[in-house]
Amino acid sequence: MNLTPYTWAVIIGVMTGFFSRLRMLRTDYRQYPTYLHGQVIHLSLGFIAAGLGAVAVPALLEKEYTAITFLSLAAQQFREVRNMERESLSKLDQMELVKRGPSYIEGIAMAFEGRNYLVILTAFLTSLTVVVGTWYLGILVGLVAIVITGVLQSGKNLGQITEVRPGELRMEEAGLYVDDIYLMNVGLKENRQRILDRGIGIIIEPKNVDSRITLANAGQRQAILHDASTILGVYRDTGEPSLTPISKRDLEDGRLGVLLLPEDRNEERAIRVVQKVPVLESAVRLPEEQPDRA
Amino acid sequence: MGTTLEKKILAVVSDRKEQVGGGAPVFYVADAQELEERAFLLEKILSGMAHQLDDHTMIIVRH
Repeated sequence: MNLTPYTWAVIIGVMTGFFSRLRMLRTDYRQYPTYLHGQVIHLSLGFIAAGLGAVAVPALLEKEYTAITFLSLAAQQFREVRNMERESLSKLDQMELVKRGPSYIEGIAMAFEGRNYLVILTAFLTSLTVVVGTWYLGILVGLVAIVITGVLQSGKNLGQITEVRPGELRMEEAGLYVDDIYLMNVGLKENRQRILDRGIGIIIEPKNVDSRITLANAGQRQAILHDASTILGVYRDTGEPSLTPISKRDLEDGRLGVLLLPEDRNEERAIRVVQKVPVLESAVRLPEEQPDRA
Repeated sequence: MGTTLEKKILAVVSDRKEQVGGGAPVFYVADAQELEERAFLLEKILSGMAHQLDDHTMIIVRH
């Protein structure tokens, strides 16, 4: 079989692009996508993205500049992916005992869109190298790109920008406190006892001004509660608003008091889980980067 | 699912008749023991949360 260099470029480009999507498709505690159908959707879209990226190079070299307009079509398509993800995750969120919250969902949807562009880029670079250089150089570039995309996809987690430590839960009359931070008013004695027995109090302390604002974001706080409840289980049911994991902020110094109600009451593990909560892109603020700051 | 009332006082339970009144359904009880029991029942039925205002009055609110 005699294949032209362009065909080789497309084949290798599509392959590396597809593998980079495969590498970015991980099923972890976020449990999405888990089943084959969900995975097939994203792998197919990844394959299409890889094809677009790989074909762009021969098209350009052959001076087929109109072919580039197809890339804008692709961008449109992948924005649609983001809408689709947002919509379905928001619908499913209504059935969760502890909600993800719109900020977390937006972050996930954005990641799905972004990954497709990374696939296009990987395929494009690989294909370009094959055409300009040789096939093994192309495979090498593709491998490097796959490794880099793996690094690019991971953001910060809460442990890097905050100090997470245990706090003591206590009741003062009907008021529930974690250390000195007021959480909520609990009316029934039975619920007070259940919260004290089953709950874990956690204090999250911001390390600087930037993280203080990030931690104040309601979406970020909901993400903490959701992640902790997903991993540790949650001691509650529908129609039981008294048993709700909750977080309140100390207005003086920006610390966050958190009440968790895990099935598995293991304080150390709970702290590790909270440290691993991703910092949401929509919650990041950088007031320290302001140039004319005093 | 239908419409749900949120951030509204769904019911008031009290053993002090002179302290409560107004728009929400009020349940009068005899003593602290009954107050606790009645608030517990209403909490489950209304899927709300019982909050204590003082030793004599509780309100049920859905959040």
